[in-house]
Amino acid sequence: MLKDITLGQYYPADSILHKLDPRVKLVATLIFIASLFLVKSWVGYGIVTVFLFFVIRLSKVPFSFMIRGLKAIIILLLITVGFNLFLTPGDRVLVQVWKLKITDQGLRTALFMAIRLIYLIIGSSVMTLTTTPNDLTDGMERLLSPLKKLRVPVHEVAMIMSIALRFIPILMEETDKIMKAQIARGADFDSGNLVKKAKSLVPLLVPLFISAFRRANDLAMAMEARCYHGGEGRTKMKPLCYKGRDRKAYGVLLLYLAVIIGIRILGSYVPLI
Amino acid sequence: MKMIQAEQVIYEYARYDEEGNVAEMKRAVDGVDLDVQKGDFVAILGHNGSGKSTLAKHLNAILLPREGTVWVDGKDTKDADKLWEIRQSAGMVFQNPDNQIIGTIVEEDVGFGPENMGVPTGEIWERVEESLRAVNMLKYRHHSPNKLSGGQKQRVAIAGVVAMHPKCIVLDEPTAMLDPNGRKEVIRAVRALNQVEDITVILITHYMEEVIHADRVIVMDQGKIVMQGTPREIFSRVEELKAYRLDVPQATLLAYELQKAGLPLPDGILSREELVEELCRLKQNS
Repeated sequence: MLKDITLGQYYPADSILHKLDPRVKLVATLIFIASLFLVKSWVGYGIVTVFLFFVIRLSKVPFSFMIRGLKAIIILLLITVGFNLFLTPGDRVLVQVWKLKITDQGLRTALFMAIRLIYLIIGSSVMTLTTTPNDLTDGMERLLSPLKKLRVPVHEVAMIMSIALRFIPILMEETDKIMKAQIARGADFDSGNLVKKAKSLVPLLVPLFISAFRRANDLAMAMEARCYHGGEGRTKMKPLCYKGRDRKAYGVLLLYLAVIIGIRILGSYVPLI
Repeated sequence: MKMIQAEQVIYEYARYDEEGNVAEMKRAVDGVDLDVQKGDFVAILGHNGSGKSTLAKHLNAILLPREGTVWVDGKDTKDADKLWEIRQSAGMVFQNPDNQIIGTIVEEDVGFGPENMGVPTGEIWERVEESLRAVNMLKYRHHSPNKLSGGQKQRVAIAGVVAMHPKCIVLDEPTAMLDPNGRKEVIRAVRALNQVEDITVILITHYMEEVIHADRVIVMDQGKIVMQGTPREIFSRVEELKAYRLDVPQATLLAYELQKAGLPLPDGILSREELVEELCRLKQNS
């Protein structure tokens, strides 16, 4: 259950996507998410799908890694699809059971919604699987650095994020260990109603928090011992600078965005399916 | 040249009661004098709660002495202006390898220290490569630390310190959480740094086997230095060590028991090979 979350899990491989500047990938993810909400027709989603699969092929990351993240949103997905399916008014009623109606409109919205959510997760997984968390936070730090003038602690936030990402797998392993230890002592995490289940998490969360605080303390000491004193006067081992491939990637992105916007505008004149 | 000098260092922890008032002061380090020369390999031994880790944290200004003074490479650790210089010249490796690795890729973690010091990018890469090579971890440079064994992680942590080009490395029980193989790897790496790169090493441990290669052994108990000398000198005082709740290496213990039983063996046998040699000699002579 705990190992399903792929976010923050880097998959090392030698692909063009891994080598791209993280800023490009961040911008690309934003554009991709925007495009998901821009398109309103099957033709549009076709283009989005082609683009997504093209990127996945480029990344050389096994497809199974991409869809692992989906398990975490399956309930959200079912609820969204359910609501859209049964509660959207439409012209033609396809199926009617008791008071619940499935209309053609409802079916369409529900499918679109499902595609959007699934692609959203896969799209962001592509980014996190091909970018080391450090690169990712470096990219964010650089993209957000204009905010430093407004006294936003950009470096500190970036550091916090990269540390959080580094400790996710460690704390998950720890959760697993504590869970097994508590089960060995007779704890029951699986049975009972929701309230009982929530209560049974207390003996899991308390030791987890204590250990997390202890780790935080150790880590702070280790960072200080290695001369960490904030972003001031810090150099970078891997400074970000755009290369030829990054410019090309921006070109591809612009083209993609243009096509998506074009389809959207076209859709308001000509009825697309 | 003196690398580290400590004079009458006292450090106290406050214990708080339930209302948050100071219930009692516990003296963790009590009047310690310490002299470490450049290039030395010094081992500090002690039972749990003997104050050895607290003392270690004084050696790169993580803790400041309540009384007394610590000089690192001639600099007083109380001098706030020189804090980063001191931490750069005396690097520190801690017990838990997971809690001191910051990077998500081995080489990024090793580069963390030099980045903080403001080393130019090109030089960071050189330093990362040479320090990973020094601990024999170069082929893992693109790996995630989570997939390494304990001994490998600890060697990455050591490389992270070596990349800062310290004159001295303080290792605070670096092998306590490792299996025997990992322990051997780490100690081998530390000894190589001491002998090849001539870095001063202060190794804090409670494993006796690890200190037999040290130039000098210091035994601490209840915040005080109670014994000091070469490993041979220290390990010939078996009864005293036992009083401080410390074990002696198996070979030393066996030699000691044989001696007590009447065999004319010399004092302070450290390794199994030595013991075998001495026993063979005895057999030939008799």
